[in-house]
Amino acid sequence: MSEVVGSPTNVPASGSLLSIRDLRIAFRRGTELREVVHGVDIDIGENETLALVGESGSGKTVTAQSILRLLPDSLAAYPAGRIEFKGHDTLKMDLPELRAIRGDEIGMIFQEPMSSLNPLHTVAKQLGETLFLHRGLSASAARPLSLEWLRRVGLSQPEKKLDSYPHQLSGGERQRVMIAMALANEPSLLIADEPTTALDVTIQAQILELLKELQRELGMAVLFITHNLEIVRRIADRVAVMHDGIVVETKGCAEIFAHPAHPYSKSLLDAEPKSESPEPDLSRPILLEAKEMRVWFPIQRGFMRKTTGYVKAVDGVDLSLRKGETLGIAGESGSGKTTLGKALLRLTASKGSILLEGDRIDALKAEELRLCRRRMQIIFQDPFGSLNPRMTVEDIIAEGLETHGVSDRAERGRIVADTMRDVGLDPEQALRYPHEYSGGQRQRIAIARALVLRPSLLILDEPTSSLDRTIQFQVIELLKELQGKYGLGYIFISHDLKVLKSICHELAIMKDGKIVESGPAARIFREPRHPYTQELLSTAFGLN
Amino acid sequence: MKARRGISSLSRERWRRFKANRRGYVSLWIFLALFGASLFAELLANDLPLLVVYEGRLYFPVVSRYSEKTFGGEFDTDADYRDPQVGTLIRAKGFMLWPPIRFSYGTINYDLPSPAPSPPTRANPLGTDDQGRDVLATIIYGFRISVLFGLTLTLLSSAVGVAAGAIQGYYGGKVDILGQRFIEVWSGMPTLFILIILSSVVQPNFWWLLLITLLFGWMNLVGVVRAEFLRARNFEYVLAARALGLKDSRIIFRHILPNALVATLTFMPFILCGSITTLTSLDFLGFGMPPGSPSLGDLLSQGKDNLQAPWLGVSAFVVLAGTLSLLVFVGEAVRDAFDPRRAS
Repeated sequence: MSEVVGSPTNVPASGSLLSIRDLRIAFRRGTELREVVHGVDIDIGENETLALVGESGSGKTVTAQSILRLLPDSLAAYPAGRIEFKGHDTLKMDLPELRAIRGDEIGMIFQEPMSSLNPLHTVAKQLGETLFLHRGLSASAARPLSLEWLRRVGLSQPEKKLDSYPHQLSGGERQRVMIAMALANEPSLLIADEPTTALDVTIQAQILELLKELQRELGMAVLFITHNLEIVRRIADRVAVMHDGIVVETKGCAEIFAHPAHPYSKSLLDAEPKSESPEPDLSRPILLEAKEMRVWFPIQRGFMRKTTGYVKAVDGVDLSLRKGETLGIAGESGSGKTTLGKALLRLTASKGSILLEGDRIDALKAEELRLCRRRMQIIFQDPFGSLNPRMTVEDIIAEGLETHGVSDRAERGRIVADTMRDVGLDPEQALRYPHEYSGGQRQRIAIARALVLRPSLLILDEPTSSLDRTIQFQVIELLKELQGKYGLGYIFISHDLKVLKSICHELAIMKDGKIVESGPAARIFREPRHPYTQELLSTAFGLN
Repeated sequence: MKARRGISSLSRERWRRFKANRRGYVSLWIFLALFGASLFAELLANDLPLLVVYEGRLYFPVVSRYSEKTFGGEFDTDADYRDPQVGTLIRAKGFMLWPPIRFSYGTINYDLPSPAPSPPTRANPLGTDDQGRDVLATIIYGFRISVLFGLTLTLLSSAVGVAAGAIQGYYGGKVDILGQRFIEVWSGMPTLFILIILSSVVQPNFWWLLLITLLFGWMNLVGVVRAEFLRARNFEYVLAARALGLKDSRIIFRHILPNALVATLTFMPFILCGSITTLTSLDFLGFGMPPGSPSLGDLLSQGKDNLQAPWLGVSAFVVLAGTLSLLVFVGEAVRDAFDPRRAS
């Protein structure tokens, strides 16, 4: 547990709307209680935005959910503390009292817009439900009000959207509907739990703008939970930094960015990348060259499954990568960047020519391709899904060696141990299972698995996106170090331009299956030419 | 061992959840005890004594045959120990140790108080069937053969089903479509008629029945396993394995099959139930095991033909219903144990 520096509370200027005192939360497991939040003090004043910042597992979501006691009583217990909302302790309320507050005086928005709307009901029905519950409005009476709210949250064609089902809306539109639902009863406090994390950057900026505007209009307080410091800087009045279940520091927004007092806050703020993009070296030999890459998925309709058109996931992409350099591919979700990565490794059927170190690999037969795979490897986004939970770390890393002809067990063990040291893991722990490791360590295991075959090309598909910011840059540093040591060529696929900026020699911006702009990364970050690139850069870097 | 704790803790947790279902846990032990006992049916119900002591020497009639002459009889034929004369000869110079039930499944009791089927007596605790054979002995042997048949059929059909499901699910596309259509056609085949045709050509025995029921009964698991493979082949660790250049067989066995096994194991007890029922119904209809075999289905059909002798039908019913219930209870507990939603 960390030390608390100075006064952890720092009471708001206006009167306190919500005041959390010495809150402890524990999870039940059988008869045992495991405490995850160890005495949190938070105050939120009226009309104020408090950002609760911390890495995953710090207890920020649990704290937020306990305000409305959303955690089932069979799962969570509150050994101590008070949560006073307008002078009443929500921890002591009975269920009817709580229900009266939920969705009426306190609204809540969740991270995942896909799963927080019921897929079986229209928007009108779900919006109308909150209005019916708290104001007793009938469906016909609620309709104009719902429509009004959809307009206020900035949905285009609100009449049409009102009768849509969630799957007919995009992620950003769904999050707007969620906001409308949370605000329909004009609550005095809005709890927003990572409301923009699942959205693309350009949409993120729009949603934040919307929230800020609505806050001004309705005069409500917002508890904003996030791990993204750019967002904090942009919208928060005060910031509470949470670490290992306690609030280590609470301060005004400007003040905390200027003078973080607690060492943890410092490390969190320092996790921002500083380095500039490395310059490409034109004298290096070409490692990978792809021409006219196309991945079209047929759309089949009708009884005879006639092909009526194509989804052009990747549509005529040319790219080349030099040995020992990194090519970044940036783009929003759905731009085709992941499909392109898989197509380059021939994990997805594609058209176009691919040359790896001068060899055509697009025409290889299955068995030749299998043997060729040791020269090109891939690392996936989710370090939890990409490791087989039933195998030990040693087996996971050694599997490729076994397939590619290292049959001596002792020899394999030696190579595995070397590789584990290379990626910063302790070879002593080779017999553990993946679930005993944290996300960052798992990603190191995935890197070791790819690296052990000594490939010349490594495709990194959002390798840092599911990691905490501080861990992200450790992984990036590791990747840079390995590139220098083994002369690896990387294709780095990401939507996170800050990460790309710190590692890429060359950059390609993808939109709708095409590359709209490409060139040396330093040049693109300095003077983006294509309007879409400019928009991406301004949302990613222009927030401050 | 410390290294294995990750997985063993999962298995331990499953075993704990299995035990938490008391009914299933107790059922498992009862079933295992009954099945274990029935494996030694020859020592429980037999028309041969377990041990004969004659002139100070030991004889084991259950294991080897002895001529009547061995015990001072007239003829050089196998001794019939139930013959009062042989009994008298042996008892004169030694003694016999009988199993608890002095009948095997085929032994006809000629010494019946009333015409067969005769009601329960001290010698025949559950009465006899219409040929004077002891019902309890038939049940013990019949239970054993039913469970053995069920287990063999379950294991074999699961193996075939898992393999078929795995191949369809992993390769997808044409393999999958052709496989699915084949299964649809194949499962439309009338098993019963094929058995009837077969029984007019050969005398069906245990292995023939197993072969035929297996031929038409392996489709049970294909659906589940195929679905599991379709899902898992897109897992990132499976993609990663493909990117490593692993062979298909290795990806299937090492990376995907363990996922599918959970569904398979959960289904097992229920398939075992079905297999036992299959054999019983074939026997009941008269297309099953050759005449003279101990069979619960045959006993049921005798019960139907002799409604005046309720001990036939009732005994067979109780045994069957009991066995199937025990298996269903075990199956429920297995399902609980593997249910990931209860894993918390």
